Amino acid sequence: MSNEAVHNRRKLISMVMTTLTAACAVIAIAILTIILTYIGYKGVAAINWEFLVETPKPVGEGGGIGNAIVGSAIMTLLASLIGLPIGIGAGVYLAEFGDKWFGSTVRFVADTLIGVPSIIVGIFVYTLVVLPMTRQSGFAGSLSLAIIMIPIVARTTEEMIRLVPKSMREGALALGAPQWRVTWNIVLPAAASGIATGAMLSIARISGETAPLLFTALNSRFYNFYVDQPMSSLTVQIYNFATGPFEVEHQMAWAATLILVGLILVINILVRMFTKKKY
Amino acid sequence: MGSKIRIKNMDFFYGSNQALFDISLEIPDRQVMAFIGPSGCGKSTFLRTLNRMNDTIPIARLTGTVEIDGKDIYAPKTDVVALRRKVGMVFQKSNPFPKSIYENVAYGIRINRMHKDRADLDQRVEKAIRDAALWDEVKDRLNTSAFGLSGGQQQRLCIARALAVQPEVVLMDEPASALDPIATQKIEELVVELKKSYTIAIVTHNMQQAARVSDRTAFFMLGKLIEVNPTEKMFTNPDEKLTEDYITGRFG
Ligand SMILES: Nc1ncnc2c1ncn2[C@@H]1O[C@H](COP(=O)(O)OP(=O)(O)OP(=O)(O)O)[C@@H](O)[C@H]1O
Ligand SMILES: [Mg+2]
Repeated sequence: MSNEAVHNRRKLISMVMTTLTAACAVIAIAILTIILTYIGYKGVAAINWEFLVETPKPVGEGGGIGNAIVGSAIMTLLASLIGLPIGIGAGVYLAEFGDKWFGSTVRFVADTLIGVPSIIVGIFVYTLVVLPMTRQSGFAGSLSLAIIMIPIVARTTEEMIRLVPKSMREGALALGAPQWRVTWNIVLPAAASGIATGAMLSIARISGETAPLLFTALNSRFYNFYVDQPMSSLTVQIYNFATGPFEVEHQMAWAATLILVGLILVINILVRMFTKKKY
Repeated sequence: MGSKIRIKNMDFFYGSNQALFDISLEIPDRQVMAFIGPSGCGKSTFLRTLNRMNDTIPIARLTGTVEIDGKDIYAPKTDVVALRRKVGMVFQKSNPFPKSIYENVAYGIRINRMHKDRADLDQRVEKAIRDAALWDEVKDRLNTSAFGLSGGQQQRLCIARALAVQPEVVLMDEPASALDPIATQKIEELVVELKKSYTIAIVTHNMQQAARVSDRTAFFMLGKLIEVNPTEKMFTNPDEKLTEDYITGRFG
């Protein structure tokens, strides 16, 4: 082949590849935009004050998702209270002391757990907590969300800690700092914004979970602040609205979806703000 | 004057790669010993054996003995934390903490509980920063991030941080490599001043610097200690041909 032929061929391949990847990018963004616009279009009509604060009422009498918003908030908060300390603690362990067989085992289990469908976590908690307690509860729901959170938080925390330069640790060790102080005073602050980002992303992730809550928290038609009783959540409420036979219910499902997506968007924006203020 | 540090038949390995070969050397108390040699010859590795910083490298292995004040620092019962408190280090690349300038220097004082009260802490921090020839440049922004300093200022901050805990030995790995001539001169003056009370081991690529600040000089090549002698002799009439070639710039 002549030089020019090679050159032309290369240019052609390059052009085709660029076009293909650009097309994929456009499709990805288009799908997201379509979904968001559709949710907005379908949902916005049904949103009003009553919808935000009332509890569900029989079809045709209005009602709202106030109790579901509160339920989601309570369960997400409780799940974070359980899941974040354990996840962050495990991540610190993996990064700082996890080079031996035990560390590798924990890492393997965490990675497997991340891949397990969330409905299986729901069944697990159902067997372990709901059956002995003889009823579904907000606590059982929170627990399944926490179990989903822990491996995600542990692995992101580990990654963030590993990003802290070795030289920084050595600087502290050279001053006569014991290992635990190096971890506590130097490594954790240096990795803090990354760890916070991981934590927020995991919160965003669990706030969209439905399957594990169906088994564990079930639902409730009332405002409920007691975690030992069944508790409503946005996702399960959406499921109920969407599977109902009436058009008004479907409209409420869209509206509740819009609220949920909005909340997740807010969390993601907060994540952005956290990542920005890096050194 | 006795020897502060005594190294006997030290071999050092990174995994299966031997980085130091049969080093035997004595560093006298309250003197400055300079370490020179071509890049990669093991100067940093050697310095890091003296405060057991190489412990942080899993594949690192050392045989032979290193004694400080007559005690083998590689003996199983050695308190490594106490050792590092006594043998301070300034690293080749500056490594400030993600904290304020003040807290960078205060850190070692705090963890070793050396201060009586806040005023005492302030005083110690100021003295260390002054000793490192940095005070005038940072006195108005002690509470800003250390990452806002220039490379050379960061290096002097790391020197201040090491001095703040008042070690007995100071290991300096090319402390002036990122500094301008004026700051370098201040550091050299500091080194000369420090040797009244400290023992100093300093790695440098700058022959004039070695000649100016040190009492004795050690020349390394390919992991071997080629020659140790009083600095004056080393730079005027070295015993080894290799040393002379290196010092006169015929290679390296
Ligand atoms: N962490 C490490 N793992 C494996 N090998 C290493 C490590 N650090 C250094 N070495 C090797 O050991 C040898 C000595 O390195 P060292 O950093 O001590 O040289 P140096 O004299 O300080 O060089 P320079 O003047 O460039 O700083 C080199 O061959 C280097 O590649
Ligand atoms: Mg070096």
